[in-house]
Order: sequence, then structure tokens, then C-alpha cells
Amino acid sequence: MAVGPASIARPAPVAGRPATMRGLIEREGVFSWLMLAPGVLFLLAFVAYPFFYGIFLSLEDRRVASEGVFVGLANFRTLANDAVFWQVVRNTFMYVCVTTILKLAGGLAMALVINQQFRGRNLARAFLLLPFIVPTALSTVAWMWILDPTFSVVNWLLVHGGIISSGYSWLGNASLAMWSLIVVNTWRGTPFYGITLLAGLQTISPDLYEAAAIDGASTTQRFLWVTLPVIKPVLIIVTMFSVIFTFGDFQLIYALTHGGPANATHVFSTLAFDIGMSAGQLGMGAAVALSILPALAALIVVLTIYLRRE
Amino acid sequence: MVGGRDFFARLRRLYLPLAVFVVLGLFPFYWMLITSIKPNRELYSQKIMPLVVHQPTLKHYVDLLTETNFLTWTYNTMLVAVVTTVISVVLGTMIAYPLARLRFPGAAVVAIGVAATYLVPQPLLFIPMADIINRLELGNTLTAVMLTYPTLLIPFSAWLLMGYFKSVPRELEEAARIDGASRWQAMTRIVLPLCTPGLLSAGIFAFTLAQNEFLYALIFLAKSEVRTVPIGVVTELIRGDVFYWGQLMAGALLGSIPVAVIYSFFVDYYVAGLTAGAVKS
Repeated sequence: MAVGPASIARPAPVAGRPATMRGLIEREGVFSWLMLAPGVLFLLAFVAYPFFYGIFLSLEDRRVASEGVFVGLANFRTLANDAVFWQVVRNTFMYVCVTTILKLAGGLAMALVINQQFRGRNLARAFLLLPFIVPTALSTVAWMWILDPTFSVVNWLLVHGGIISSGYSWLGNASLAMWSLIVVNTWRGTPFYGITLLAGLQTISPDLYEAAAIDGASTTQRFLWVTLPVIKPVLIIVTMFSVIFTFGDFQLIYALTHGGPANATHVFSTLAFDIGMSAGQLGMGAAVALSILPALAALIVVLTIYLRRE
Repeated sequence: MVGGRDFFARLRRLYLPLAVFVVLGLFPFYWMLITSIKPNRELYSQKIMPLVVHQPTLKHYVDLLTETNFLTWTYNTMLVAVVTTVISVVLGTMIAYPLARLRFPGAAVVAIGVAATYLVPQPLLFIPMADIINRLELGNTLTAVMLTYPTLLIPFSAWLLMGYFKSVPRELEEAARIDGASRWQAMTRIVLPLCTPGLLSAGIFAFTLAQNEFLYALIFLAKSEVRTVPIGVVTELIRGDVFYWGQLMAGALLGSIPVAVIYSFFVDYYVAGLTAGAVKS
């Protein structure tokens, strides 16, 4: 790999010129860093700096429009003794775990269905991905109306189907509200799993299935011993990505329940928003947001190691 | 060949599950549509069968376009999405190209840094970011979101494009260099044209993500005239009284159309972008 380019590239194309500006720019390292500089500086200023500034804020008692006072770990101690914070921890883990299982199962089923030969397959794929591409806040308000306490179409169907006698308050009832969020998140996220896993399925050579079929493998056996091992890397990467992004989910919950009723659906991001933005306690809000870092960092490190090994 | 048993097997394994996915996936959009064209007396009656429209009306659309700032929000959303997409694809390209094709000191650090910024979720950054934007006195300007959206989109574009840039054979570039092309020319005339599908993927993806962004827009855009569609719809069309659903669904539907149209033209590029991280890496 490293044979040619360096020696061919070294002399400036215009032969015989001394070290000129152009000659300098043509050097691999100089050119690379000139190209990188704007983007890297931008990311340093607007990702790295806010990240470290957030850590600094979380150690301050800082309110909007006033100077902060350094308080050490006081914000984190307050949170550790706060029942709402621990409820938020439980809510977030439930939200992430249940939706991940449902999306994984649903997405795998979706991928297996579309992977069959049928007319209109590309059209079906395009339509099934729609929930994922439409702006989340907008599809979420449609769900708000679908789950409306008085005019919910779900209630209408259940009542007229004779399954229940009177409608539920899907978003107003503390235990139902979390399940409503889970349903909406699953609805939106399943196509992401479905379409990426489909791409994984399409890399499987039909020969493998034929060989397995000749050996007398049943459909289930072929799925377990041919399909799953081949798509395992894709499966893991998609799941990790999805878990990381579900951890940070904000707009779906904010639009649907604002974390209510009675904190039943508050997660890290909505609590951080309420404390940091609505109540103006920037320091405490930053501390809430940072509390997801340990779990997240573990995930990110695992994912990075996995991606490098592949 | 197509015997009865085959048909039933296919029904069970293909058509029935497919129908379930399609109905569940698309019902909310159907519901948006018919809600937006129902008159209020149909919307707020528990006696009338709700699954179809009996007397369609465009009243909610007319109200939406005349009584609210919806058109301004649409303009803002488009402007922000186009500007941030261009910024992100250009800067993403400039990061991805050296990382994918050149050898230089510090490459490993930059590569890990870009991956990390891609994975750092927004909730970790929005509070310090709000303070920074305040200090820069950019609150209630579209500049605030034009500066912050690329933080989400540049790492993604760079990640996606690296895969495409790596796939161009080195010999093509070397041949151009021997013929006297500068590095810049080799990039813009040889590698980038060959990676047009990747650039399209990154652009389409960035555009839909920019239209979808909510948190930064919610925090930075508090005045109606500078809001984007998702923020305007959620904060202004949901009102104190109960009878706003027709207009709200009209807004949600119209707000979804630009993304859906762009997406329908470039489905394959979008899917390529979606799967690039998962399948290609």
C-alpha cells in the first residue's frame, strides 16, 4: 500500500521550482491539515468546548443571568438524594430496554418479510421507512390525537370491537403513559432496524441456504445457523446505535407527555430540560445531563472497540 | 406451480405480515390526513364513525395558512435545512477526504474524535450550548441553529463519506497526479465526481435530519417569526382550548411533505446512507 504515493507525490508538479507556496500545500501532511482545519476547529468550538464547559457548569450553582459559584459535587449529591431523579433513572432504562427489544424483534421480522421476492418490494420498503424519516415532532402530534383522552380512535376501536367498555386515558394514566411512549418510539424506530437488517440479509449468498436445505435443515434451523451468524455484526451495530440515540431521545417525550403525568415519563433529557431551561438552573441541569455519561461512555467504548475489530 | 398450498404459505409468510406492517406503519399518516379534512362537527362527535370522512373540508388548511405563521416557519425550516446541509456536506467532505485517503500525523486522533462527536448525544450538550449561544447574543436568530445543527451533521457526513472515498482506487488519483494535477484538483476532478452517490446520500440524510431537529430549535427560537415547523406546530398550534386538532394535523401533514417528497426521489441514496454505518464499516 505505502509504496508509490509518497515518492511520486513529493516533487511539485511544476518541475524544477524551488520550495514554493504551492509545493508546501502539495505536501501530504500540510494539505491534510489545511483540509481538516475548518471542520475540526468547528467541532472543537461547538462540540468539545460545550462538552467540557458542561462538566464545569455541573460543578457550579449557576442560574440564568447570574454568575455561578463553584460548589464541587453538591449538585450530584442533591440528585442522589432526590426521589424524582431515581425515578428518571428507572424510566430511562425501562424506555430504552423495552423499546430496544421491541424494535429489534419487529425490525428483524420486517426485514425477513421484505427480503422475500414479491412485486412492489421497493415500494413497500420506501413506504415502511416513512415513520422514520418524517419529522418526529410532527408524527408525535398525530399520536397525541390518536391517544386523545376523549376522542381517541384506539378507544373507539376497542369499545366498538367490544373489547373494553369505556376508553382509557392513554397519556393521562401514569402506568399507561410510559407504554404509550414505548409504542410510539417503537413505531418510529422499527423501520430503522428493518431496513438496515434487510441490507444485512441481502449480503447472504443464496448458496448458503441451498447448502443448508440440501443438508436437511428446517426453516428455523436455517434462520438460527445461517441467517443469524451472518447478520450478527449488523445486528449488534444497529442495536448499539439505536440504544445510544434512544438514551438521548427528547422530542418524542417532550411533545407527547412533557414527562408527565407526575414524572411518570420523565427521562434524563426531559428532566435536564425542565431543570436547566424551564427553571433556569443551568448547573443542576448540566449535572442531570451528565449523569447519563457513565452508562453511555461504556456503550460508546464497546461500540468503538467493536467497530475497530470488524 | 401456484397451487393452493403455495398460496396459503405465501399468505402466511408474506402478505399477512406485510399487511400488518403497512397498516401499523401508515395508519398515523392516514389519521393525519383525514383529521385535517374533517369538519369540526365530525371531529368532536363520539357518535359519528371516525374512520372515514363524511363531508371533507379544506377549512383547517385555509385557517392554518392565513391565521398562523406556518408559511414563515416553512421558509425558516427550508432555509436552515439547506444552509446546514451545505455546510455539513462541505466540511464533512473536507474531514473525510484526508482521513480516508491521505497519511498525515494525527490522523488516528482526528478519526476517533470525529466518531466520538458523532456519538455524543444532544442532551449532554444543550445546556452549555444554550449558555454559549446566549453569550454570543444569538438567541432568537436562525444563525443560532445554523451554527448548532452542523455539530450533529458534520460527524455523520464525514463518517458516511469516508466509506465512499476509500472505495475509489488509488491508481486513478496517482495517474492524475503524474499528469500534473494538484492534490486539490485530484480530489475535486477525480475522487469527488466518482463519489457523487455518497455526496447525495450525505446531503439527503443531512437535510432530513435538519428538518427533524427539535431540541436546539426549541431552546434557541422563542419568537414565532424565527421558529421552524416542528417547534411552531408543537408550541403554537397546541392551544388551551380543545378544538385545534384539524389545524394541527394539517400543519403536521404539510410539514412532513417536503421531507417525504425529497425522500421519495432519493430513497436509494437515503437507504444507502442509513445502512452505511451498519453494513459497510
